[in-house]
Amino acid sequence: MAESFLPGADSVGKAGGALPAHRRFRADLWTLGPLVLAGIIALPVLAVLAQLFLPTGEVWRHLAETVLTRYIVNSLLLGAGVGVGTAILGVTSAWLVTFYRFPGSRLWEWTLLLPLTMPAYVIAYTYTGLLDFAGPVQTWLREAFGWTREDYWLPPVRSLPGAIAMLTLVLYPYVYMLARASFLSQSVCVIEASRTLGLGPWRTFLSVTLPLARPGIIVGVSLALMETLNDFGTVSHFAVDTFTTGIYRTWFGMGEPVAAAQLGATLLIFVAALLLIERRSRGAARYHHTTGRYRTLPTRRLSGAAGLFAAAACLLPVGLGFLLPVAVLGKWAIETWTSTIDARFFQFAGNSFILAAISAGVSVTIALILAYAQRRRPTPLVVLAVRLAGMGYAVPGAVIAVGVLLAFGAFDSFIDGWVRSTFGSSTGLIVTGSSAGLIFAYSVRFLAIPVSAVEAGFARVTASMDGAARTLGERPGGVLRRVHAPLLAGSALTAGLLLFVDVMKELPATLILRPFNFDTLAIRAYQMASDERLRDAAAPGLLIVLVGIAPVILLSRAIARSRPGQMRE
Amino acid sequence: MTAPALEFKGVGHAYDGVPVLSEIDLAIAPAEVLSLVGPSGCGKSTLLRLAAGLEPLSNGSIQIAGQLVSGKGVQVPPEDRRLGFVFQDIALFPHLTVTENVAFGLRRIGVPVRRQRVLAALEQLDLAGFADAYPHTLSGGQQQRVALARALAPDPKLMLLDEPFSGLDARLRDRLRDETLDLLKAGGVAAMIVTHDPEEAMRMGDRLAVMSEGRIVQCGTPSELYRHPASAFVAGFLGEVERFVGRVDRGSIVTPLGAVPAPGLAEGCAALALIRPEGVVLEAASAAGLPRAHVVDARLLGRTSLIRFWLDGLPTPLHSRMPGDFLPEPGAAVSVRLDCRRAHVFPLESVPVSADAAASPQPPGPDPG
Repeated sequence: MAESFLPGADSVGKAGGALPAHRRFRADLWTLGPLVLAGIIALPVLAVLAQLFLPTGEVWRHLAETVLTRYIVNSLLLGAGVGVGTAILGVTSAWLVTFYRFPGSRLWEWTLLLPLTMPAYVIAYTYTGLLDFAGPVQTWLREAFGWTREDYWLPPVRSLPGAIAMLTLVLYPYVYMLARASFLSQSVCVIEASRTLGLGPWRTFLSVTLPLARPGIIVGVSLALMETLNDFGTVSHFAVDTFTTGIYRTWFGMGEPVAAAQLGATLLIFVAALLLIERRSRGAARYHHTTGRYRTLPTRRLSGAAGLFAAAACLLPVGLGFLLPVAVLGKWAIETWTSTIDARFFQFAGNSFILAAISAGVSVTIALILAYAQRRRPTPLVVLAVRLAGMGYAVPGAVIAVGVLLAFGAFDSFIDGWVRSTFGSSTGLIVTGSSAGLIFAYSVRFLAIPVSAVEAGFARVTASMDGAARTLGERPGGVLRRVHAPLLAGSALTAGLLLFVDVMKELPATLILRPFNFDTLAIRAYQMASDERLRDAAAPGLLIVLVGIAPVILLSRAIARSRPGQMRE
Repeated sequence: MTAPALEFKGVGHAYDGVPVLSEIDLAIAPAEVLSLVGPSGCGKSTLLRLAAGLEPLSNGSIQIAGQLVSGKGVQVPPEDRRLGFVFQDIALFPHLTVTENVAFGLRRIGVPVRRQRVLAALEQLDLAGFADAYPHTLSGGQQQRVALARALAPDPKLMLLDEPFSGLDARLRDRLRDETLDLLKAGGVAAMIVTHDPEEAMRMGDRLAVMSEGRIVQCGTPSELYRHPASAFVAGFLGEVERFVGRVDRGSIVTPLGAVPAPGLAEGCAALALIRPEGVVLEAASAAGLPRAHVVDARLLGRTSLIRFWLDGLPTPLHSRMPGDFLPEPGAAVSVRLDCRRAHVFPLESVPVSADAAASPQPPGPDPG
């Protein structure tokens, strides 16, 4: 519809008759652009999938006979555990916070999101250091009771159940967030209708509220599971063999890129299944709103023991997923600062910040171009391109990294060889050998964040607003500057910030793609932990966590605002 | 003679090959308010958008104040047309305060004058107290006022209003209609108001243009259109009617309510008689030669009362609209007098008519309002 007055299609007819060809060319550019962008973004995944058609013979058979079953079983067990764990923690806390008032309930509303700032590998290092034989807990037990190693037994942290616990503690906020958003978006009328039809509050929750929120909960669990499949640091530290550790080992340990990529392609099957479930549930969630009438949700006050119990139920995930590990990290960082906070630390931090800032800028820019193209002419092709470009969030970082190496490795060698033969000097590997490859991989993986944010931002800028600005005498460029830019700035900034933090946390792709001798905070934490110097991993880990707090606060405010009628924007 | 404020000549338009407008010829005189009315989807909003330059024109030409703005290779962009546009969805800029919204179109004016103009516009629309408020804090009526103030502030000579009151409740709508009309008239601003509500169209327009399926089917003053509709569609669209189908017999059509003259129609030709409820006059006393009926119920609707009555031999009750003090008891016997000035006859080509001379009622179509 009304595309003619959007910036870019301006003052069409002033030049007179040459108008149709001119318009067609413009339209093509805006269709072609997103398609090309989406194609480039899809390249790593396509490169990985293409390896399925290459023969590997021995290596693959060897993998299939020895480790593949273990990878699959471990991944499934991990997924099942994290799925159940995050669902229980996330739904319970969301339900309590949304429908009840109890001590600290306002505070829990946003503190429940805090574990999101904690990278899984950092919490894994923290609990390992806390609970292993030499750690403070066991030391205290031995000293307090005079026990020796044989006198007591604690479940080992570095195990599959341990990995499930760690991942659950940092990933449940996804479920919490989406369950809460689902609860908040439910119409009071539906709940009241159920009450007037004779169902008590508890049965109303079970037969109305929970089923209505189910698509949202499933989306949350799917996201948590995607992150589980993406995890490298935790499973690697806990020696739980999964696909990500397998890909890393096959590529770097065994020097078998094709086999590594084929492992990646197998992993993509799991990802595709999750993606399918997530997409369908998102669709269902949209249709679960049966009325447009909203009022403030009624909340019940819980006092006495019930209130304390509810508060404890919220304290448990926040405490174990954030407060305790942050306290431990802080203590360790203070204890070790003389040796860890040195010039190199600032260099790691600088590397992390620069990478994160550039990636955020690049991704937000790509997202703006895609969203603009989609707004101008939402043809099926353009919409598909935008959807495709935003798929990276489901693809594990290790797979994207391998894909980047495969896709651009050949390109780099070709350029290098050509320059060498023509000019007699070497360019080096311009993409895969520099941080360009890394920034590209981050953009592929996290593009969904700015794409959805900018799309949501554009939803606020109706076509009539463009029309209003134009009829009030403003030129297309002015509409962009005075209407679009201020209305989009907020969502673009938020998206940039979220992306910044995600890049800071990212480990597997960074590990695979970082240029030689280029270390970030995440890499530093990983290396220290790999050397069993867990306390030395605290300072970089803590900095990553602290930087992550700002967007969580933004996020929680966005959710509170999301309820229609609660507070209009 | 001055040029029309807005003139369409042979305008036609298509979306992706689907024609939505054809052969539109329409002119609005300076300071005239014209209502463009028609059922939803008839193309009236498109015509408005074409006039504003928000949509590129496919055929014909559009002139504003005698100047060609669309057509013949010319397409003046909306910002150079110097007109005001009020959108159906209000479209206030959410990041700007009321003052900033109203000042949006006054960028090229010096600050002191701009401030004065904004203040005057806010004053005019009773918004002085909300100058620094953001749109989302305002009620629907206030938002609509801001939208009006914003469009009027640059002092356009032509205003285009797209269903401007559709989102408001009835009482507020009435008030805003009057205020808007006063403002337009006071400023001598020509306006085209798109609406699907015939009552709103008649209330606001000096003239009405009725549209149907991409064409203007009739254009004239409200009373011309109401009293002398050019087609059954116009008659039915502008008010309730009872419909009867019959053949012309001795210069008139015989309906169960009485004979309706059919001037200019050939003898024996099939025709449609439309009778407005206010043309159906009920009388409590029985009068010779008039059809007899029984009252089903009678409702007071303020100025008038609406009486449903049952006429012998008819399958459904008919309606009469009488001055408000006439409220017969249900079941009361009444006689029916037909006021032929409130009845219209149109030739009918396609509907088959049974051989017997008496016209039969036609099931009422979907309510156009």
